[in-house]
Amino acid sequence: MAESSVTPARAPPESVELPVPQVENALRTMVLARVLDERAIALQRQGRIGFYAPHSGQEAALVGSALALRPPDWVFPAYRELSVALVRGVPLQAIVDQLWGNVNDLSKGRQMPNHFAFRQVHFVSASSPIGTQITQAVGAAMGMQRRKESAVTIAYFGDGATSSNDFHAGLNFAGVFRTPTVFFCQNNQWAISLPRARQTQSTTLAEKAEAYGFAGVVVDGNDLRAVYSAVSDARRKAVEGGGPTLIEAQVYRLGPHSTSDDPHRYRSDREVEEARRGDPVHRVEEELRSCGALDQAGIDRIWEEARSRVAQAVTAAESAGSPPSASLFEDVFATLTPRLREESEAAGTLPPEEGRSR
Amino acid sequence: MSSLTLVQAINRGLAEAMRTDPDVVVLGEDVGTNGGVFRATEGLFKEFGAERVVDTPLSETGIIGSAIGLALYGLKPVAEIQFLDFIYPAFDQIVSEMAKMRYRSGGQFPCHVVVRTPYGGGIRGGIYHSQSTEAYFCHTAGLKVVVPSTPADAKGLLLTAIHDEDPVVFLEPKRIYRSVTGEVPDGDHRVPFGVARTVREGTDVSLFAYGAMVPAAEEAAAVLEKEGVSAELLDLRTLSPLDESAVIASVEKTGRAVIVHEAARFCGFGAELAALLAEKALYSLKAPVARVTGFDTPFPYALEQLYLPNTEKIVAAARAAVRAA
Repeated sequence: MAESSVTPARAPPESVELPVPQVENALRTMVLARVLDERAIALQRQGRIGFYAPHSGQEAALVGSALALRPPDWVFPAYRELSVALVRGVPLQAIVDQLWGNVNDLSKGRQMPNHFAFRQVHFVSASSPIGTQITQAVGAAMGMQRRKESAVTIAYFGDGATSSNDFHAGLNFAGVFRTPTVFFCQNNQWAISLPRARQTQSTTLAEKAEAYGFAGVVVDGNDLRAVYSAVSDARRKAVEGGGPTLIEAQVYRLGPHSTSDDPHRYRSDREVEEARRGDPVHRVEEELRSCGALDQAGIDRIWEEARSRVAQAVTAAESAGSPPSASLFEDVFATLTPRLREESEAAGTLPPEEGRSR
Repeated sequence: MSSLTLVQAINRGLAEAMRTDPDVVVLGEDVGTNGGVFRATEGLFKEFGAERVVDTPLSETGIIGSAIGLALYGLKPVAEIQFLDFIYPAFDQIVSEMAKMRYRSGGQFPCHVVVRTPYGGGIRGGIYHSQSTEAYFCHTAGLKVVVPSTPADAKGLLLTAIHDEDPVVFLEPKRIYRSVTGEVPDGDHRVPFGVARTVREGTDVSLFAYGAMVPAAEEAAAVLEKEGVSAELLDLRTLSPLDESAVIASVEKTGRAVIVHEAARFCGFGAELAALLAEKALYSLKAPVARVTGFDTPFPYALEQLYLPNTEKIVAAARAAVRAA
C-alpha cells in the first residue's frame, strides 16, 4: 500500500519529514492508545464500562494525521479518534472519565463511551450516526474562510461513511466552495460486517474526490510518516487556498467493530493474523530500534509506563461518582425552560421554585 | 414603523440582523442572486455579498450540516430550506445533531442555527408544498419551534431567533406571506420566545391557533361575537417553549378550548395542548376540548379546501363547545 496520488493534479511537494524525537513521542501516544484499547475491552467484558469501540490497527493513521494539525485547526471526529485527542493535548484522565460518564466527564456523562467532545482543543462532539460530521467540518471551514483564519478542519470517518448522504453532500460543498478541509478516511476494510468491496465498486475511496473536483490521495495508513506527510501536504494546500483533499488511509480494523460485535461471523482469523503483520505500533518500534533511537528495554519502558498510566486513570475514573441528578436537565437549552424546571422538580432533582404552588 | 407584508418583514429582519452583526450568514438554495423563491432574501446578496449570502448546491443535509459547522465555529447561520416538505434529507442533522450538540457535549458546543422554512397549505401546492409537520420538531428535545402570524412578530421573532443561543426551527406560514400586512417596528425589534399573544380577549371559549390559522380563527371569533359568543384568541407564536401559563389561564377563564392547526390530528401539536389542559386545567373545563385540524391523510391537492381548517369549522367547534355546557 504505497502512497500514490490518485489525481496527481500538481507536482509532489517537498516531503515533510517527522524528526526522530517526534516519532518517539508518537510511539508513546500510540502505545498508550493501544494499551487503553485493550484495557477498555476488558473493562467492558467485566461490566465496568458499558461499551467500547476499539481503534487497534489505526494508531499510525490517527496519530500521524493529528501530528500534522495545528492548534487553530478543528477536528470533526467519528468515534475511534481518542488518539487524536491525546495528540492535541487532552489528558488521558479526561478520556477515561468519558468512558465512565462520571462526574468529571467534560460531556457530563451524556454519551456512551467513545463519543468525546473537547472544546479546548477544537475536538467537536462525536455522534453515532455515520458521516454527519463531514458536512459540519465543511461548514466550520466555510467559517474559517469568512474570518480569514489560517486553519483547516479535518473530518475523520471510515470506509462505510463514504456511502452516507453527508459524505457526498460534504465533499460536493467543499469542492464548490473550495473549503480548507481535509477529509481523512480511515479505510479499515470493514463497516461492521460489510467488507470494503461491498461498500462501493470504486477502485479506491480516494478517487471519489475527483468527481467533486479535487484531489484524492491513497496512503498506507500503517505508515506513520506517510500519513503525517499526506496530511501535512493537504493542510498546507488548504491554508494556501488550494481547497480540500480526500485522504484514504488504508488500515485494518484489528478488533471488533465494537464490544457488541463478533467479527467471527463475517471474517476469518487468518485474515486478521495476516493484518497483524502490518501492525502500525510494531512498525514504529521497528523503525526506532533500527535507527538506534530506542532499544528493546526502552520500548518495554514505554509499554510499562502506558500500562501504569492507564491503570491509574481507570482507578480514578471508577472511583469518581456519577454526574449530579439535576444535570439531567441542563444543556438541553442554554437556560432551563419552565417546562424542564418543572420536570426537574417533579423528578426531585431540583427544589420547588419559591412562590409556585404545586 | 413600516407597513409590510409578512415576507417583507422577514426580509427586513434578516437585513437588520446582517447589518448589526457581521457574524450572521444566510445560506440556502436560490437565496443569493435570485433572492429566494419567495423573495425572503431579496436584496441581501446585493447588500452583503456572496460571502454572507451563500447560494448552496441542492442538498438539504449539506445546508444544515454546514450551517451547524458554521455555528460551532462561532458564526450565526440562518439557513433557508425552500419548503418544509423538503427538509427531511436534513432531518438527521436537525434532530440528531443541531438539537443535541449542546446537550451531548455537556454544554461545550452550543449550536445556534436558525432554520427558516415556509410551511403550510392553502396555496394549491399538493403534498410536497403544503405540509405542517411542526410536531416532529416540537417532539425533539433541544429545538425551539417558532411560528409567526403577523409581520411584526415575523420580524421580532426572527431577530430573537438569530440572537438566541439555541437552535431554532422558524416556520413561516407561506399562505399569508403576502395576504397579511401590518405595521412593523423599524430597527432591532425583538419579540420574546415563550410568550403567547392575546389576539382578542373573551369569556366563553378559548381559541388556540398559530401561523396561517390565526387569521382564520380571528374571523371565526368575529362571527361568534355576532352570535353572542365571546371568544378569546391566543396566537401561540412559539410552540416550543410553549407559554403554558397563558393557555391554562385562558381556559381557567373561559372553561372551553378549541385548538386549531393545519397539521394532521393524530399526535399533532393539539394533542399536547389537550393533554396540558387535561393535566392542569381539567376542573376548569365545562366542555370537551375540541380540535379543528387537518385530517389523518396525506395533504391533498384537489381537495385541499376540504382538508384545511377554516372559519366555518372553527365556528362550528366553538358553538358545539358552548352548547355542551
